[in-house]
Amino acid sequence: MIGGLFIYNHKGEVLISRVYRDDIGRNAVDAFRVNVIHARQQVRSPVTNIARTSFFHIKRSNIWLAAVTKQNVNAAMVFEFLYKMCDVMTAYFGKISEENIKNNFVLIYELLDEILDFGYPQNSETGALKTFITQQGIKGQVRTKEEQSQITSQVTGQIGWRREGIKYRRNELFLDVLESVNLLMSPQGQVLSAHVSGRVVMKSYLSGMPECKFGMNDKIVIDKQGKGGTTDDSGKSGKQSIAIDDCTFHQCVRLSKFDSERSISFIPPDGEYELMRYRTTKDIILPFRVIPLVREVGRTKLEVKVVIKSNFKPSLLAQKIEVRIPTPLNTSGVQVICMKGKAKYKASENAIVWKIKRMAGMKESQISAEIELLPTNDKKKWARPPISMNFEVPFAPSGLKVRYLKVFESKLNYSDHDVIKWVRYIGRSGIYETRC
Amino acid sequence: MEWASQLCENRGLGSKMTDSKYFTTTKKGEIFELKAELNSDKKEKKKEAVKKVIASMTVGKDVSALFPDVVNCMQTDNLELKKLVYLYLMNYAKSQPDMAIMAVNTFVKDCEDPNPLIRALAVRTMGCIRVDKITEYLCEPLRKCLKDEDPYVRKTAAVCVAKLHDINAQLVEDQGFLDTLKDLISDSNPMVVANAVAALSEIAESHPNSNLLDLNPQTINKLLTALNECTEWGQIFILDCLANYTPRDDRESQSICERVTPRLSHANSAVVLSAVKVLMKFMEMLPKDLDYYGTLLKKLAPPLVTLLSAEPELQYVALRNINLIVQKRPEILKHEMKVFFVKYNDPIYVKLEKLDIMIRLASQANIAQVLAELKEYATEVDVDFVRKAVRAIGRCAIKVEQSAERCVSTLLDLIQTKVNYVVQEAIVVIKDIFRKYPNKYESVIATLCENLDSLDEPEARAAMIWIVGEYAERIDNADELLESFLEGFHDESTQVQLQLLTAIVKLFLKKPTETQELVQQVLSLATQDSDNPDLRDRGYIYWRLLSTDPVAAKEVVLAEKPLISEETDLIEPTLLEELICHIGTLASVYHKPPSAFVEGSRGVQHKRLPARTGSGEGAESPDVGQSGPSEAPPAVIPSQGDLLGDLLNLDLAPPTATVPSVQPSMQMGAMDLLGGGLDSLLGGDIGGSPSMGAGLGAAPAAMPAALGGAPAVGGGLGDLFDLGGGVGMPTGSYVAPKTVWLPAMKAKGLEISGTFARRGGIIQMDMSLNNKAMSVMTDFAIQFNRNSFGLAPAGPLQVLTPLSPNQTIDVSLPLSVNGPVMKMEPLNNLQVAVKNNIDVFYFSCQYPLSLLFVEDGKMERQVFLATWKDIPNDNEAQFQIKDIHLNSDAASNKLQGSNIFTIAKRTVEGQDMLYQSVKLTNGIWILAEMRIQTGNPNYTLSIKCRAPEVAQFVYQCYELVLKN
Repeated sequence: MIGGLFIYNHKGEVLISRVYRDDIGRNAVDAFRVNVIHARQQVRSPVTNIARTSFFHIKRSNIWLAAVTKQNVNAAMVFEFLYKMCDVMTAYFGKISEENIKNNFVLIYELLDEILDFGYPQNSETGALKTFITQQGIKGQVRTKEEQSQITSQVTGQIGWRREGIKYRRNELFLDVLESVNLLMSPQGQVLSAHVSGRVVMKSYLSGMPECKFGMNDKIVIDKQGKGGTTDDSGKSGKQSIAIDDCTFHQCVRLSKFDSERSISFIPPDGEYELMRYRTTKDIILPFRVIPLVREVGRTKLEVKVVIKSNFKPSLLAQKIEVRIPTPLNTSGVQVICMKGKAKYKASENAIVWKIKRMAGMKESQISAEIELLPTNDKKKWARPPISMNFEVPFAPSGLKVRYLKVFESKLNYSDHDVIKWVRYIGRSGIYETRC
Repeated sequence: MEWASQLCENRGLGSKMTDSKYFTTTKKGEIFELKAELNSDKKEKKKEAVKKVIASMTVGKDVSALFPDVVNCMQTDNLELKKLVYLYLMNYAKSQPDMAIMAVNTFVKDCEDPNPLIRALAVRTMGCIRVDKITEYLCEPLRKCLKDEDPYVRKTAAVCVAKLHDINAQLVEDQGFLDTLKDLISDSNPMVVANAVAALSEIAESHPNSNLLDLNPQTINKLLTALNECTEWGQIFILDCLANYTPRDDRESQSICERVTPRLSHANSAVVLSAVKVLMKFMEMLPKDLDYYGTLLKKLAPPLVTLLSAEPELQYVALRNINLIVQKRPEILKHEMKVFFVKYNDPIYVKLEKLDIMIRLASQANIAQVLAELKEYATEVDVDFVRKAVRAIGRCAIKVEQSAERCVSTLLDLIQTKVNYVVQEAIVVIKDIFRKYPNKYESVIATLCENLDSLDEPEARAAMIWIVGEYAERIDNADELLESFLEGFHDESTQVQLQLLTAIVKLFLKKPTETQELVQQVLSLATQDSDNPDLRDRGYIYWRLLSTDPVAAKEVVLAEKPLISEETDLIEPTLLEELICHIGTLASVYHKPPSAFVEGSRGVQHKRLPARTGSGEGAESPDVGQSGPSEAPPAVIPSQGDLLGDLLNLDLAPPTATVPSVQPSMQMGAMDLLGGGLDSLLGGDIGGSPSMGAGLGAAPAAMPAALGGAPAVGGGLGDLFDLGGGVGMPTGSYVAPKTVWLPAMKAKGLEISGTFARRGGIIQMDMSLNNKAMSVMTDFAIQFNRNSFGLAPAGPLQVLTPLSPNQTIDVSLPLSVNGPVMKMEPLNNLQVAVKNNIDVFYFSCQYPLSLLFVEDGKMERQVFLATWKDIPNDNEAQFQIKDIHLNSDAASNKLQGSNIFTIAKRTVEGQDMLYQSVKLTNGIWILAEMRIQTGNPNYTLSIKCRAPEVAQFVYQCYELVLKN
């Protein structure tokens, strides 16, 4: 199991050091600094073995977080734990920065004592932790006995992510379907790979212990219903179902129920959390198409022409469009003409950045550039990195639709109809690249 | 503390909430000041002081001097302060054991506190204080806490048992905590169950033989129930524990799999990977024709792909594991090639791993796509990545034959880029392609030669030189090219020097007229001016070969090379199985067994996959048959030492995978050259078995099935008529007639023929030396190379009189078995050097194994029975001995003459069964069962031995003895 946990600043000075196991000594702190943080070469692996001691590390801005062990631990678990620890810290004091860590070091030690025991991760749900570890010192001594046992039963209980007795005057929930669409296209316009990775993020402000059921246009569910003979539903929804390659759920979702009935039912945490993640690869709506044309004119000049086409309903508007056209390292000057938006050559980034604020569907725009090159004797050819694109569109490129989210709370007197529900779809570019 | 002082300036900004100010005290005498503050009456001041102490501790300052003062602050009802004091205690208690005792009372009191959070905190901290005296006091509170009414306390106490066990294992056992811990597996609270499982698993690891985690269907059922209810971390503990269980049959295996599969949809990647581990392991037990087996396979792919959208560090862990899974079950991900395509912004460690998996998944169906990608990667920036991409193209060519042409043209395109390291890497892989597809792509040689000057890495230079030498006859200016390398011969690395030497000798053999000077130059450079023994030896061998017999030299140097196999980097099957059992853990990231990086007793146990239980599937080994595109078993180069150990030491287990493979001739050192080269030199002459040469190395020695491939030495020899004069026939043991070992034309007129005999416990090598030259021969001497059973001359070769032309002399050389030992191929090969006044000559011959059968080889009946049972059935080999017209008694008598002893005879339904034993000079016992059916001239022989390699040779002796 995890033998120790260290947090360093960018210089390699240790900010937090917590040792859980006897086999990890103080010298491990230095070993990591010398061999990884101060290493001359770029880090080649997130797992480093130094003198039979294994170091797992992640970086958040310029802060290094390292877990150390001498045993054959579950490596995936260690990384998941490090991410989780970042989440917990962020939930407590915001961004993970040197200053924040120093300002909260007592709190961090307290958290580390609670979420890791002898190197074994324990309950690390922020909702539960916040009931008894607070920034304003401990309220422990003023608690009643009932409160205490309520805390412990929540921390260890089956529904560790939600406490009893939550009350809202207005029961409300927000559903965000956030998708990032990834594309790799060949210069000839052939799709090399494309997939959507999506997340359903929920903000719930619901009273009591509500039981929720979430439904979407999952092909498997809809086909099953079609076969089942529920005639009222199958006709209209059958055409717009999507094939989900795989999905994962927040721990509140009953996985065995999903496995057997493919229904998503759960008691939600309070506030914001990620209900599910999913991935689709079939019938993806690619919001933009990039058509590049690069011509080398002699040894000192390049001509680049890039056309982008929007491919969605004309009534919808894409926003924050940015096209990044890489330029060779020996570029001396660039002239750009674009039909729409603004384009600039950024020498420090070796790229022409073309920005368009808004663009409606089924439109087309173009940029052309002349790139002057300095003659070099470098034999190495320019690697021609792909043209990448960023954008945001108000629909889900996978075609996912939320069909329902039902809320049942039997003990309190509000029904599904009383809950105010908001659904929003946002499609963003993930890695959206076209080779040129 | 530099950063701390820098922060001083910002201090004004911080509200009273900020703690960073505690880091700022760097003044001298701070310990003294802290001491005063710690003893202050004001609670707030005390707390501030403790915070300062903790801050100093964090940055590595020694504040142990404050121990009594800090411990004094422990008695407080302020939980935050208490936690800080505990933190300090855990750090320094070990260095101040006597003072630490002061804390005990508070702990014991806290364990009785009405607040469960405080009870748990006390028991949690106490377990972390590694002081013997404290642990004694810990037992009672711990016992109470294990039975506490509050689950939060129980789950903390469960982990505390593991802590205590780490400090004092005996104490834990004596106090009966292990039983209490086992009871907690049935606790009503899932988190208590999970922590109890984690603690038990850890304790069980350091007691490999204890039946601590007594997993049975009932406990498994409890664990599976808790699995649905506990936290993500608890699920990991439970799944990792489940993976250690071996279900009783395929039914149970399936039902566990069914209950584990829902975990594949968990958001936590570690839960997913641990579930994959359980499924991969239990799948082994499911019959392949089961519908569920197919369903399960299909269910595994999507979650594995989803892991690739996790954070990069987790992607790395996932990819290292997928690499194993793809080797074990290629069918799972065979359609998912695209997800392994490298993204421009992937970290380098993810890129390299993806590339590895792409090559493993490459097949005829997707090769076009893969190649297009690889070509793209070869133009990237990172040198390591580019090199690996180029290498990958070469591997595709070797793996997918249909793509070879396209790969070669891609490589040529890359060579045209003139990027130095790309060109060099491309040349290295093209060499391999030449070896895989001889006489197909040599047209590209001209292009390769153009880049000769730009090669500066040894591997690339060596590859290029090999190509020039191998295809010297097609390259007009081969001599010039090689000569240009020769100029800086001494500055080259050994790899290049060896290659250059071989290449020039090849060139000379192909174009002898023009290159005589060159070859002399290189030979003298290698033999006279070099300090490297490998180089010198190789040089001498070539020199002698060329000077004595150019024809033989041609056979040796220009011998046809075995084709290279496609997947050379597969993980060895037993290791792969073990690693599959460790999916998700560090072992699977390092691709090494835990024993390689974990100290002490932990993780030393080797895990194995369970065997399939379905009937009718028994014959199918889980490793072969599902290896997808590569049907051939992966080549494993056994280290000679290991094999030898097995051969010589009866107590060692039989070798697990002994499929020797031919090392590529590129790396052949002088020793290999002696082994392989001399064999092929003489192979044509002995017994007319052409397979004896270098090809032999490829024949699996351990498998009796390979009989056809290996030369039947004795049998072959026996057919030849007696050439030598023949020493008087010995009593008892059979002696084969003499055969020609060294023909006159290869030894400047000296012809040696001979045979081996065992007479009265003494091994003798009988030789006839025949002088067919025109001059007198004197000064004879003999030496053996190291061999499998340590045969060595027991005295000098006694040729007293000079050997005049046309004279034959018979000598008998007594042999001992105390010489140096090295495993030979074949096992009974003996390499001999004979010297006379003219020169030194080398030959190799093979001796019948019966030479080594000792006289006291009769085993006790009981011992025989026990040993027979003890030797695993895998080691049993069966043979047919045909056309023997002897009854069982006659056969038994005849065999006894050669020290094959019959221990017992049984007659069942007209079938005589003879049980026999043989002992070799090195103490290896061979047990045999011979079945003789009356009226049937064919005997069935079963041989069992701890060193199964010898079985085949023993069989040959049986045949020889019985037929003569």
